Amino acid sequence: MKLFKDNQISQDTWTEIGDDPLPAVGDLLVSYSRLSAEHATLTQLPVRLGVIFDNAERAEVLKDHLQSLSLIVLAFPSFGDGRAYSLARQLRDLGYTGELRARGDVLPDQLQFMMQVGFDTFEVSDRFTEQDWRRAAEQISLSYQPITGNKQDIWQARHAYAEALREQPHAG
Amino acid sequence: MYRYDEFDQQFVDQRVTQFREQADRRLRGDLTEDEFKPLRLMNGLYLQLHAYMLRVAIPYGTLSSRQLDRLAEISEKYDRNYGHFTTRQNIQYNWIKLEETADLLADLADVEMHAIQTSGNCIRNVTTDHWAGAAADELADPRPVAELIRQWSSLHPEFSFLPRKFKIAVTGAPADRAAVKVHDIGLRMHLSESGERGWEVIAGGGQGRTPMIGVTVREFLPEKELLPYLEAIMRVYNLHGRRDNKYKARIKILVHEIGADTFRDEVEAEYARGSEIDIAVSQRELDRIAAYFAPPQFEELPNWSPRNEEHKATNKEFAKWVRSNVAPHKQDGYAIVNISLKPEGGIPGDATADQMRTVADLGRRFSFDEIRVSHHQNLVLPHVRQEDLFDVWQILSAADLATANVGLASDIIACPGLDYCALATARSIPVAQSLSRRLADVERQQDIGPLRINISGCINACGHHHVGHIGILGLDKKGEEFYQITLGGSSSEDASIGKILGPGFAGEDVPDAIETIINTYVGLRQPDETFLSTLKRIGAQPFKEALYETV
Ligand code: SF4
Repeated sequence: MKLFKDNQISQDTWTEIGDDPLPAVGDLLVSYSRLSAEHATLTQLPVRLGVIFDNAERAEVLKDHLQSLSLIVLAFPSFGDGRAYSLARQLRDLGYTGELRARGDVLPDQLQFMMQVGFDTFEVSDRFTEQDWRRAAEQISLSYQPITGNKQDIWQARHAYAEALREQPHAG
Repeated sequence: MYRYDEFDQQFVDQRVTQFREQADRRLRGDLTEDEFKPLRLMNGLYLQLHAYMLRVAIPYGTLSSRQLDRLAEISEKYDRNYGHFTTRQNIQYNWIKLEETADLLADLADVEMHAIQTSGNCIRNVTTDHWAGAAADELADPRPVAELIRQWSSLHPEFSFLPRKFKIAVTGAPADRAAVKVHDIGLRMHLSESGERGWEVIAGGGQGRTPMIGVTVREFLPEKELLPYLEAIMRVYNLHGRRDNKYKARIKILVHEIGADTFRDEVEAEYARGSEIDIAVSQRELDRIAAYFAPPQFEELPNWSPRNEEHKATNKEFAKWVRSNVAPHKQDGYAIVNISLKPEGGIPGDATADQMRTVADLGRRFSFDEIRVSHHQNLVLPHVRQEDLFDVWQILSAADLATANVGLASDIIACPGLDYCALATARSIPVAQSLSRRLADVERQQDIGPLRINISGCINACGHHHVGHIGILGLDKKGEEFYQITLGGSSSEDASIGKILGPGFAGEDVPDAIETIINTYVGLRQPDETFLSTLKRIGAQPFKEALYETV
């Protein structure tokens, strides 16, 4: 699977292992049910660990796993199914700082929203070019809501501007 | 009223650019209709029976004269010289070409308007009391909070793909003119004993196929907590609202299925969890917004105008109009002028370009440059000197805008129905037209008293028939249109859902049936009783008897 990550297309290095026996090396991506059932074993392995999280689960159940996770994958079964946006927010709120990946019906037109709630990598098909994705990542630079990442929201920006004026000495 | 700053403007301009590019991709065939659909819907562009329809947001129903002039101009440039004001305080254009839509949006952006989120499964244009900032009974102007919600909900990254559309209404007055109990979220202002402002948060109300009255989730939420609390409600809904069936996807179904108490617990738990991102807006930003809604520079006037009284005494038509269409203002010497878009035999909510210009001009000359759109599909001049009422009335009369029926029987709400809407099962406009002809006599209407008749062309209930004192629902039975009648609905502080009276009627029989209902009420009412209070006292039986047993 190809990824859009750090503003470019790259190859995914993670291995999705399903129900197969656990390999002892590599970046292992497991389902949430496997993660919770085999947590003790999995965290002993000298590997990086990722989980595919189901939209119907509650973010809280991952709370105790967050330290041991380097990747969480959330799915968009269709672009209109927006549950993963809220899950992403909740996971970031719970303090998760690792890679948060969107898969499924991921389109350039929704990229900005996904980035704003905390996604940082995106599984993409060949349908769109790297150029398309880059453009999408830049498209709407302004937003009212305070967002994840380092861009400034409108509510802060307008007062930062007013503040700067206020601090200027009286002219003349 | 609110003015865009450079940030608001840039935000809307960027959206126009983005839409232009999307529309071009669609016109070139690079996007399929399926892929383009959600994108155009995010910009209020629907595909109707005969053409594209564009719904333009009029945030909380407030317009400047310049904006209304522009809406008139747009109707000439891109449509057929008229626009249709909707029950959500918006305006719709029914004959739009895809090729021209981006230009139209640019013309809107130029006067600080847009069509963002007037459709799609997102937070829709926020609505409020059309008398906000003017009504005599108001605690405070709710529009600063409505504007805050507009900004917060604009392209909200987390809440743009909800299970279903989401409507928020806000009121600052005890008499509820914003129908807050039949919205996904309704907010109602209260003052604490120390005078601190707080909001009652009501959730899970709605109309449509399964009408429900909302439940109070919080009695008194301090104003500064409003946005974080709204986010908690939205998140609970976004995660747990049903997505398997579009008719069960509104928040009212979630509240109903898990129960009000469980819903409340979920929201409170989500709210208590808090967030690393602080959405609560600074007091300075609240103050900045509120400053735009400071009352206009009213003159000190006595609350009585000899000139006005004299005209009322000598001109019967003017007196009738004042009685029906003019409401008390919080400022002495001023009045609220309601402009009916329900002329006899007309299409409810339609206004021609010339009429829009007339109203815009009146706003400029007599109402501090402000016009409102009401969810009853009328227009309002919120701040008119009593002294000027006669002049305003004369100008309105000349433009066929002085029908004296606001709040009365022929002030009918009707959805577009089968004349435009792809979902309709029956026509609603022609029924409204024939009813308004039948009920046209203003003196009789004034004698009947306040009466709300609402008509929908299918069970989606855009014509708000559930909350009409008399509701009319158009259905289809084996290719024949027929109309079901409900009694006893209300969208005010005493909100209730109307009950079906009995078998439906053919379209041509509806005026007789409504006439019979009205006559029954008039015959049985006690002094000072309204339609609803008579119905409450005597029940539906006498109406049923009159309608079904004598025929
Ligand atoms: S109630 Fe039905 S017919 Fe009327 S506008 Fe809504 S969907 Fe269309």
